[in-house]
Amino acid sequence: MNEPAGKPDGAVGEQEVLALLAELDRDLIGLAPVKRRIRDVAALLVVDSARRAQALPVAAPGLHMCFTGNPGTGKTTVALKMASILHRLGYVRKGHLVAVTRDDLVGQYIGHTAPKTREVLKRAMGGVLFIDEAYYLYRPENERDYGQEAIEILLQVMENQREDLVVILAGYKDRMARFFECNPGFSSRIAHHIDFPDYSPEELEKIAELMLERMGYRLDDGAHTAFAQYLQARMKQPNFANARSVRNALDRARLRHASRLFGGIAGADRETLSTISAADILASRVLQAAQSEGATSNE
Amino acid sequence: MRVTQGAFSFLPDLTDPQIRAQVEYCLRNNWAVSVEYTDDIHPRNTYWEMFGMPMFDLRDAAGVMAEIHACRQRHPKHYIRVNAFDSTLGWETVRLSFLVNRPQQEPGFRLRRTESHGRVQRYEIEPYATEQPAGSRY
Repeated sequence: MNEPAGKPDGAVGEQEVLALLAELDRDLIGLAPVKRRIRDVAALLVVDSARRAQALPVAAPGLHMCFTGNPGTGKTTVALKMASILHRLGYVRKGHLVAVTRDDLVGQYIGHTAPKTREVLKRAMGGVLFIDEAYYLYRPENERDYGQEAIEILLQVMENQREDLVVILAGYKDRMARFFECNPGFSSRIAHHIDFPDYSPEELEKIAELMLERMGYRLDDGAHTAFAQYLQARMKQPNFANARSVRNALDRARLRHASRLFGGIAGADRETLSTISAADILASRVLQAAQSEGATSNE
Repeated sequence: MRVTQGAFSFLPDLTDPQIRAQVEYCLRNNWAVSVEYTDDIHPRNTYWEMFGMPMFDLRDAAGVMAEIHACRQRHPKHYIRVNAFDSTLGWETVRLSFLVNRPQQEPGFRLRRTESHGRVQRYEIEPYATEQPAGSRY
């Protein structure tokens, strides 16, 4: 019903928030700055509800965020999670996520943009609006570009209907910086600018394990060492996209695993079907660095 | 004379929180909500002017409430109603429709009696307001 952005009774248990943070710690490897910020936001909520109980004034915090970072650092993943986190913390009412790019906001002819942007905003209300690669909204080289119109409507809603929706922008750092330079109003209306750091090799290995676990695979001992080697080689190559590269590598390892078993599938037991061995990984083109040709396009 | 059209019209006018609750109910049922307005309140006038497009895929009433407020601002003296359309197979119709705005003064309806062939008498009702041209009624 007509409940405010916070939970209606104002009672937010510290316990459930701690449980949420623990869950986040488990699901997301690394990303310390992100977790720290979520922790801050969660803490504010608990403090706010305690303040409300003492009849102290409470103001809804600005929750618009901007995620910057290199490819594959988990910006989109975290944004998806953020919607449900904010919902469970009671900051947004419905907790759904509407992911859009420039095409969904900007129209193709005069008078098309405003209704289009408004429609998207209306759909996102009560949840999170996630604008991927937000810098495409603004095209400085074309002064008649309709992106500017979308930006203005967006800013207006971000300012006036703060309790109705949370806007999350995401993009690469340098291009976001340039975008904010051209639209200073945007930058100041976003309370949280969070930079996603690159993953360390150890974190990437943990991510790989987590991914495999979800897919129902595991690495045997030899594969572990092989994968560490692979990561080292891959990180030196251009176009390394952190967790995304890991996922692609694992997908390819699964393919090799499959074709290794192919032909003798009748005799394969549960163990064989789910174990990726060193050979599956060592066959990678990245590791056969001598004939490195094609490896860069092998993203 | 108070116009009674649509759901809840024999009740006192709904307050905004009540409207919001109704809209939430519609959205929970996956109905597409739309806002319409008119200044011709004849009961047979089924087709009102649409205020914007019907809103599909909404999850929260905030968007609809914003539209209602915008429509009230643009047309403070018009009748405004909220429709909820159910697209489920077999229904495919408006499931709920209720007024959210009405003019301050509602002059009511005139009853006309017309002599027809023989001694037949035909009846016709007409809102007093429609004597004025559209846009300057109420």
